[in-house]
Amino acid sequence: MKRREELVEALTGSTLGLFALTVGFLFPLFTLLVLIFESLPAIRKFGLFNFLTGTTWDPVAEVFGALPALLGTLLVTFLASAIALPVSIGIAMFISELSPKKLKPVFSTAVELLGAIPSIIYGMWGLFVIAPLMADYVEPFLQETLGRIPLLGKLFDGAPTGVDALTASFVLSVMIIPFMSTIVKDAFEMTPELLKEAGYGLGATKWEVVKNVVIPYTLPGIVGGMVLSVGRALGETMAVAFLTGNVHQIPKSLLEPLTTITVAIANEFTEADSDIYLASLYYLALILFVLSFGLLMLAKFYLLERLGKRWGTKGT
Amino acid sequence: MGNERHLRRVILRRKFVNILMLTLSTLTAMYGLVWLFWILGDILLNGFKFISLQLFLNDPTPPGIEGGGLRHAFVGHFIITSLGALIGVPIGIGTGIFFAEYGRHSRIVKGFRNVTDVLVSFPSIVVGTFVYALMVKPLGHFSAVSGSVSLALLMIPVIAITTDEILKLVPNSLREAGYALGAHRWQVIKDISISAAKRGILTGVILGIARISGETAPLLFTSFNNNFFSTDITKPMASLTVTIFQYAMGPYEEWHRQAWAASLILTFGTLFFFITAKAVVHGMRRSG
Repeated sequence: MKRREELVEALTGSTLGLFALTVGFLFPLFTLLVLIFESLPAIRKFGLFNFLTGTTWDPVAEVFGALPALLGTLLVTFLASAIALPVSIGIAMFISELSPKKLKPVFSTAVELLGAIPSIIYGMWGLFVIAPLMADYVEPFLQETLGRIPLLGKLFDGAPTGVDALTASFVLSVMIIPFMSTIVKDAFEMTPELLKEAGYGLGATKWEVVKNVVIPYTLPGIVGGMVLSVGRALGETMAVAFLTGNVHQIPKSLLEPLTTITVAIANEFTEADSDIYLASLYYLALILFVLSFGLLMLAKFYLLERLGKRWGTKGT
Repeated sequence: MGNERHLRRVILRRKFVNILMLTLSTLTAMYGLVWLFWILGDILLNGFKFISLQLFLNDPTPPGIEGGGLRHAFVGHFIITSLGALIGVPIGIGTGIFFAEYGRHSRIVKGFRNVTDVLVSFPSIVVGTFVYALMVKPLGHFSAVSGSVSLALLMIPVIAITTDEILKLVPNSLREAGYALGAHRWQVIKDISISAAKRGILTGVILGIARISGETAPLLFTSFNNNFFSTDITKPMASLTVTIFQYAMGPYEEWHRQAWAASLILTFGTLFFFITAKAVVHGMRRSG
């Protein structure tokens, strides 16, 4: 009897340990190795530097360069984050400081619902609803106004089609707002009531308390949340897959079609007819893996860990 | 006198800035809500217009011929997702239990836990390429089961992290009471930790299912797509999400209509899981 229980003990311990080892270590490591292995032909043929700076993506001539897709990814992610950040801070401030106590859960749930909508729905909705609006109204309007300004106007050159960097970034920004604002809101709510009341006691207005007490206190949380959202936006596929046009070119204006790493993989993976083509797509996936894993780890270990120490809790 | 006027002006300016910023903050919140209602409204309006019984009962017809449905995609989606959950749920819960019950004081396990936490936000399309290299390339053809495996890989971190967090809330004194009675560790886990954290673990499982039920990217090159009804998990199988992708990008008006209808089912299915998870948490708080 005793022996049987000890056997179960050893068995559960080692099985669960194996699960944890696999999930938390072997799986990401193995993914990295598989990606490297699969992209070996492309690594050998193009090298790292040439692949990263190459601007041609020509499956027929079998010449592949990652620069358009890489820049597209960075551009769309950057624009989306730039739109999402102020909005997310505003939403977090509204939920944690402004809304009546009873309505707080309602607003938080509404924001979380926005985040729970599948990304393909964002993409389809963007294609059918937002893209025509952008092409017919918003983009001509931008060309009429901002487009007239020298230099800045260059950003809005070209025919407004609605399938371009601007629309893709915009839809992506709507998609990451819930994620970003939830993290910022959680950070805001960690500010000790005492500090805030000290601010009010000195006669500060609500905005001054937020600006001078809450934001400085939670800055690592805000930055960490932002980096985490950027990391997530980098790897987002379906929301932008409909809206970039998947054209391997470096866009000269925001109204030109482009591609991102994820979109190129999603559209071309099953059509890759030569080994070097597939290997190049794996190479793109490898770059994405390194970028997003690096960013997420940075956010997790450096920023949020530091914040965790300040709050006296480990890991957030 | 001049001093007082200056003071009044400063106060007025501060009040003005305050009101301005509070208004801006309120506007951003409204901005967020506008998108929520706009998306859900469009999905509801267009989806309901095109939803019909034949959508669920018929398989697709060639474009141009009336009366086609998406039965193959509904069934395929259900099979792929359930199989994914079947693989992912036990491993996810097991991993979470190990993090919380065994690895609490080990730096290495904490490292694993943080990596798992990072994997929650991991690009899903990379998981698809990974599974393609492991399961599709060697076999030479797409299969539904490889789709399920990629979905499982995506849901495991979500479930593991939720399970870990909820188990850490179980008071240690309960566990110590178990050990004092001479219980083994697995008995303490089974009869004390898990039974105290049942609802929380359930929430994690539902959240994990919600996460994978709307995934598209990892299915594109694992379970692929299939225009015919199939229940063979070793063959390519249609899923709602990939079908929506194909139909929305396609040139036919009929396809677009079906894509809207499928989106309605998909969105509200996913949100249903999400709200259920929320309700479970809420019930947990209420019952203490």
